[in-house]
Amino acid sequence: MNNCADVIIIGGGVIGCATAYYLAKAGSSVIVLEGSDHIGDGGSSRNGGGVRQSGRDPRELPLAMYGIRNLWPTLSEELEVDCEYHQDGNLRLGKNEKHAQILTGLADRARACGLDVRMIDGDEVRQINPYLSHEVTVASWCPTDGHANPLTTTLGFYKTARKLGVRFITGEKVTSLQMVRSRVRKVVTENNVYEGEKILVAAGLHSREILGSVGIDVPMSQSLLECLVTEAEPHMFDQMLGTAEADFYGHQTKHGSFVFGGSSGLEPFNKDNGTPVTSSLIASCICRGIMKYFPDLADAKIVRTWAGWSDKSADGVPVLGSIDEVPGLYAACAFTGHGFGIAPAVGEQLTKLMLTGSTDVDIASLHYDRFKAKDVIGF
Amino acid sequence: MNKVNDRSRDIGKFIPAEDDGRIICRCEEITKGEIRKAVHEGMFTLTEIRRYLRTGMGLCQGQTCAKLVKSIVAAELHVSPAELEPATSRVPMRPIEMRILGNEAKGGDLNE
Repeated sequence: MNNCADVIIIGGGVIGCATAYYLAKAGSSVIVLEGSDHIGDGGSSRNGGGVRQSGRDPRELPLAMYGIRNLWPTLSEELEVDCEYHQDGNLRLGKNEKHAQILTGLADRARACGLDVRMIDGDEVRQINPYLSHEVTVASWCPTDGHANPLTTTLGFYKTARKLGVRFITGEKVTSLQMVRSRVRKVVTENNVYEGEKILVAAGLHSREILGSVGIDVPMSQSLLECLVTEAEPHMFDQMLGTAEADFYGHQTKHGSFVFGGSSGLEPFNKDNGTPVTSSLIASCICRGIMKYFPDLADAKIVRTWAGWSDKSADGVPVLGSIDEVPGLYAACAFTGHGFGIAPAVGEQLTKLMLTGSTDVDIASLHYDRFKAKDVIGF
Repeated sequence: MNKVNDRSRDIGKFIPAEDDGRIICRCEEITKGEIRKAVHEGMFTLTEIRRYLRTGMGLCQGQTCAKLVKSIVAAELHVSPAELEPATSRVPMRPIEMRILGNEAKGGDLNE
């Protein structure tokens, strides 16, 4: 088979699959190279499924708003798969004065970008979600936020892109990029060489070493996130939930099960056995968190827990766009644990950038060369 | 090292069969036909089948159907079942109530 295409995408996660889909729809030939054995095996299949605008940094908020307005409402139909998209609002919960301050700051900054998000008190929180305990005294409420199923959405983009002729190859780990006549051209893997007019690096944490092979460095580190899922329960609520300190999030799925994510605070210090391991403390800690927010769920059974790495950017927002010094090269990485909700918008806008040189949504503040010494602390 | 797997390789067309309505994953009520069709839609690994259809995601976590799903997917891909990696088993081994999993203190009371 031909190893050349208009675009080579490195990374078969939700960002790579979405971009492949929109490129193929626009008539480009695309090859997607995924290093692991499975499509969407990293954060794409391990996140909590939030499709939210509230709580986001103003630099990435326009992408979130664009996707929710233009892409998410019709995505299931377009991908011929049930993405289980729900637009029933997001409650970002707080329990004390410090939380109220964080939430008010986030809400003020989002409103300045034109988002409908407001502060509500504990009583109003329980009018929206009567199952929440009285520990919750304040929240921000964004009615246009929601959640979706990351597994079917990622595989839906893959399935549809594949049907449109995109060639996906898994187990094909990229080792380096190579320039030809001062443009990036070749993608070298452990087994083969591929060639593309344009190359997109969307490989999560691995993006750093791949971009490094042509002299580009994106400051990011890995951060462990853990989720768990309950057995199917009777329907309780449809909102997406989060907290002021972003240490707890979740929703009830169409299936009836609850998916919740959280942390113990000890994640950066997990024992390293040379393989990705998690700590037995985390799931228990998440359970205690859930029961404090939802006392009614104390008898719900946990059927499965899992963890994943997030590619954490030095300033909390992704790196997105073209690389000036390396013509033909594009990056979409360092999503910092909130890439799923903006994935359709990222894929669609990157397609536009690659084909026309411009985007509808301003992504200039997500440029890779924004990192300056000392500026990285506190944005 | 992972194995190179070209998802565009020809595995033939999906041909409906008489036993497509048979339930394979009892917890999530997934049929043989749904599993076979998913392979033709590109789900070439047991992990992808699980994430796409929910086979083995129910109360028994695949303890009943994992081998059956494996043989169906292998037949569709024209490979030996031994070539397919099983999906990852996850804790806990048995479904466990939050009030128990969340209680780490010996003889402890969650409300304390």
